Amino acid sequence: MKKFAPYLVLLLLLAACFSLATVLQEGSASWSKRGASDNVLNVLLGDGRRLFANHFFVQADISFHSGYYPSIFDQASRPKDTSHMTAKEGEPAEEEHEKQMNFLGPPRDWIERFGRHFIITEHTHLEGHKESEILPWLKLAAELDPQKIETYTVAAYWLRDLGKIKEAERFLREGLLNNPDSYDILFDLGRLYYESNHDAARARKIWDLALRRWSEQEAANKKPDLLKLDDIAVNLSHLEQTEGNLARAVQLLELAKKASPHPDVLQQQIAELKQKLATRAPAAAPKAP
Amino acid sequence: MNTVSALAGVVIKELYRRKDFYVLFFLTAVITLVMGSVSFFHDAKIVRYVKEIALLLIWVSALVIAIGTTARQIPAERESRTIFPLLAKPVTRWQVILGKFAGCWLACGLALIVFYLFFGVVSGSREHHWPLLNFCQALWLQWVMLGVVVAFVLLGSVVFAAPSSNATISFIVVLGILVLGRYLNQVALQQPEPLCAVIYGLYFLIPHLEWFDVRDLIIYDQHLVGWVDCGLATLYAVLYMAVFLVGAWLVFRRKPLNL
Repeated sequence: MKKFAPYLVLLLLLAACFSLATVLQEGSASWSKRGASDNVLNVLLGDGRRLFANHFFVQADISFHSGYYPSIFDQASRPKDTSHMTAKEGEPAEEEHEKQMNFLGPPRDWIERFGRHFIITEHTHLEGHKESEILPWLKLAAELDPQKIETYTVAAYWLRDLGKIKEAERFLREGLLNNPDSYDILFDLGRLYYESNHDAARARKIWDLALRRWSEQEAANKKPDLLKLDDIAVNLSHLEQTEGNLARAVQLLELAKKASPHPDVLQQQIAELKQKLATRAPAAAPKAP
Repeated sequence: MNTVSALAGVVIKELYRRKDFYVLFFLTAVITLVMGSVSFFHDAKIVRYVKEIALLLIWVSALVIAIGTTARQIPAERESRTIFPLLAKPVTRWQVILGKFAGCWLACGLALIVFYLFFGVVSGSREHHWPLLNFCQALWLQWVMLGVVVAFVLLGSVVFAAPSSNATISFIVVLGILVLGRYLNQVALQQPEPLCAVIYGLYFLIPHLEWFDVRDLIIYDQHLVGWVDCGLATLYAVLYMAVFLVGAWLVFRRKPLNL
């Protein structure tokens, strides 16, 4: 009996553990503030995962530049926003970015001069369907920080560009689920429906919702992005024009004018639309009851 | 020369008898293959993130092998007292230093060949092209860089009391050079005198190991490094190896061997 005593004690302890676990399991979920939806990364990294998410987002940008990227010591030259990641050759954002990325300058000494033979010294962007190389980093960034809006918009832009419309829609929907108030994601989702799926009715609903979200944020004094309001209103106005709702198109352009950096151009468009409306009104008049 | 090669042979045998290399290779292979099997947005052509992860793991593993293997060479001989019969053969202390260095460096080279073969297979199976010259150049430059690291750690092993402290300090120094070495001149120029002169002096003094890190050229399918530049970098590394080896010998020749 003495021989088996330690094993029996061990068995007793295991039985106690098991019984306690079954009792505590039910109540344990309410002890922690973490919901059941939290994944392993959230539990392991906590809020620190946002730091990694930012690293992976930068890694996507590095990959987009094929390794030519300013270091932490060239902070002044680091891209301030993500507009260059969704800009094509010749666009203003791209030209500004070209100037920003000229960070190397002349070498300061022979070590730096010789060292440049072993690094990438030319500013290029991925092209020819190679843009997909940035997607894994963006996916990882989204996993780690689902609240980083740019991750979804940049990835969706390139997925659409690569012809992966369904994947882009799914990713934007995922972003919307995590950020239901994001007018940026709604705007991109609307653009996908309008430009890629040619579904004007759905795009209108989404852009209307984006406008509502923007207004809600302004009302809540959250200082939403004015340029995005310009984007949403101008695109929705264009949709209304093609659908023949000129009065609404004018209204939207008036709204965009308040936020646009080029209000004179929009004013010209408003004048043209008003002229069209005026010529349409007498023609429609006899038909009116 | 025979003595040196015999000593080197013992070190190489030690590499394949110990588990370090196998564990590191297994970890590198598993992590790379798991990451490579993940499908991002149903695009099978995406490959650069796999190359990036694989090369990072190869670099870390190679540094662990180089520093770990070298740091314990001379302290282990002293601890087990095998240094006494070794020096009584007769083998000079310079030959011990040179033999240990050659063994560790060659062992690193063998490990690198296996790592790069694996990398070549993984990358080629996804990209369907094998830029062999680029791979060979990257392997060569990394091996030359490891030569400097091995010589430096060997010097550390006769200066520091324990292999653990030597390995830790060596890791910090090597990683510091790899990460910050390129930017020390920029940092120096932002400092007031005399700190500026001190940091700039350090910048010229340290071996610029970051030159030999051409991972980006492989990952982003860039051009080959010029062969003349490659040769000059090799010469630069050989000079630093010589400096560290002579330094190690100068310390070791007057060092009492009993603990």
